[in-house]
Amino acid sequence: MAFSKEEMLGMYRKMLLIREFEETVANLFSQGQIPGFVHLYVGEEAVAVGVCSNLGDKDYIASTHRGHGHGIARGASVDKMMAEIFGKINGYCRGKGGSMHIADVELGFLGANGIVGAGLPLAAGAAFANKYLKNNGVAVCFFGDGASNRATFHEALNLASIWKLPVVFVCENNMYGISMSQERHQNITDVADRAVAYGIPGVSVDGNDLMAVYEAAGEAVKRARAGEGPTLIECKTYRHRGHFEGDACVYRSEDELNEWKKKCPIQRFSTRLLEMNMTTREELESIAAGVKEQIKTAVEYANRSPLPDETELTTDVYCD
Amino acid sequence: MQEMTYSQAINAALREEMKRDNTVYLLGEDVGVFGGCFGVTTGLIQEFGPERVLDTPISETAIVGSAVGAAAAGLRPVPEIMFMDFMTVCLDEFFNQAAKMRYMFGGKAKVPITLRTVCGAGLGAAAQHSQSLEAWFTHMPGVKVVMPSTPADAKGLLVSSIRDDNPVIFIEHKMLYGVSGEVPEGEYAIPLGQADIKREGKDVTVVATSLMVHRALAAAETLAAEGVELEVVDPRTLMPFDKETVLKSVEKTGRLVIVHEAVKTGGFGGEIAAIVAEEGFDSLDAPIKRVAAPFAPVPFSPPLEAAYVPGEEKIIEAVKEIL
Repeated sequence: MAFSKEEMLGMYRKMLLIREFEETVANLFSQGQIPGFVHLYVGEEAVAVGVCSNLGDKDYIASTHRGHGHGIARGASVDKMMAEIFGKINGYCRGKGGSMHIADVELGFLGANGIVGAGLPLAAGAAFANKYLKNNGVAVCFFGDGASNRATFHEALNLASIWKLPVVFVCENNMYGISMSQERHQNITDVADRAVAYGIPGVSVDGNDLMAVYEAAGEAVKRARAGEGPTLIECKTYRHRGHFEGDACVYRSEDELNEWKKKCPIQRFSTRLLEMNMTTREELESIAAGVKEQIKTAVEYANRSPLPDETELTTDVYCD
Repeated sequence: MQEMTYSQAINAALREEMKRDNTVYLLGEDVGVFGGCFGVTTGLIQEFGPERVLDTPISETAIVGSAVGAAAAGLRPVPEIMFMDFMTVCLDEFFNQAAKMRYMFGGKAKVPITLRTVCGAGLGAAAQHSQSLEAWFTHMPGVKVVMPSTPADAKGLLVSSIRDDNPVIFIEHKMLYGVSGEVPEGEYAIPLGQADIKREGKDVTVVATSLMVHRALAAAETLAAEGVELEVVDPRTLMPFDKETVLKSVEKTGRLVIVHEAVKTGGFGGEIAAIVAEEGFDSLDAPIKRVAAPFAPVPFSPPLEAAYVPGEEKIIEAVKEIL
């Protein structure tokens, strides 16, 4: 895989932007500045960035309750995302959706989703639309290991396989469905094995290795665009934070968390970039400083955005 | 005008809209080669091909879920759910996804789905193939609910439903498929949210939906011989609901009977009664009456099923109680 320096550093910056966004949200949430609740993507950044770096204008993604990373990787504005999380009128959804419903259909982002596993048939449908409209676009669905036990998983993979839909199903196996470990919630180790049941390729990759994710997704997207149908990709990864902010994580050990922190996808990628002599520590530090500034600006934007007026209550229930 | 059945009228509307708009496509269980469980989509796969008339696996979740994704991505899916009872297995896709997407996304998405489905008892299909669940869908902000009672209404309302940018549930009644009537040829669209007065009368307003419109009309005929004039109002769409027509009729008659095939408790009749109580109380000269199914699942045995579905006699009885 030959990448230019700009491309490599661009992906690095995106991962870092997600990390900074999420850590900032965690911080603000703990200070009581954010209403509702949030599910953060810290630790899984390589999946969103590795996959979305393969996508173009006509492509769609469907996301999950843990959707901030997917939105940022797809190119969503962190200002509007932050404003939405704050419940402000300048947010992506005019403050009506919040963290779990951030979406930008025009950007090809069919939304985070509050229902586990709901994105799979939506992505199959968006892929169907692209095929129907013959625009060469694909759709990607992100979902967790927990969602792979839902009926939506089975029905969407089956439908996509018989209709040869240009869709890529990306399972972010972070080893837990809320509190339930994978070994307790399913009798398999590799979610990718389930692809066999639909006669489609299933691959399992190290989800903390940006390049491995990028390559697996690239192959799947290529297959999809060539009319060869769906692929199931399993990315093995880990969420550094709880299921939601405030989760005491009684179901997992500190040791396990610390082991995974050592496998941080961002550190891993920066080490690789340095080893390849593609960048310098100074350059990486300067990128980090830029990212910090960007997120700071996003928080300022969210803070100074107005709250929605009560007249918003019943607008946009229907299209006129 | 052309004489055709309710089923043929729906078929004609689908055909015309598919011809008019390339983004309209059908999907569902057995809608293609088989022509639909009730034959409603007969001939469409031959005319439009398997790219636009898609047989699906028995996967209601994937049918509706994929329709939502496709609609958000620019198409106008017309999924069929073979029996309304099966909406339980795709309710998340319809209720949590399709219905809310526009609002949740701050008005920046549209989900133009027309979900066709079939309600009603009468075929001995028992508790899981005979229900009338329309009230559920009136409780979903973002969804429109359409229930045609005649072939002409079926055509005109289906055309409008398909052209509507919102998710619409279009509820056909299985016992109406063979009913014939005059249907306008060519372009014919009835705006959603306009009730139709199926028979004028001065004594009692009867608001009835779907198959019950026909039972109410039969009751009106019988009562006319006794000198009682019923005004039969068919709302045609429950969401949006044309309350003005109902309130105006009650203002004239002073009496209201509501008839639906769904169970009475939690049925849409309660909503209609509440609207009239809130906004038309002064027009009322007698208590409002509801005629509906008892609070029980739909039974199988023919005499039980016949007794379950409100008939002409029950409507007449209710009318006489408030005269």
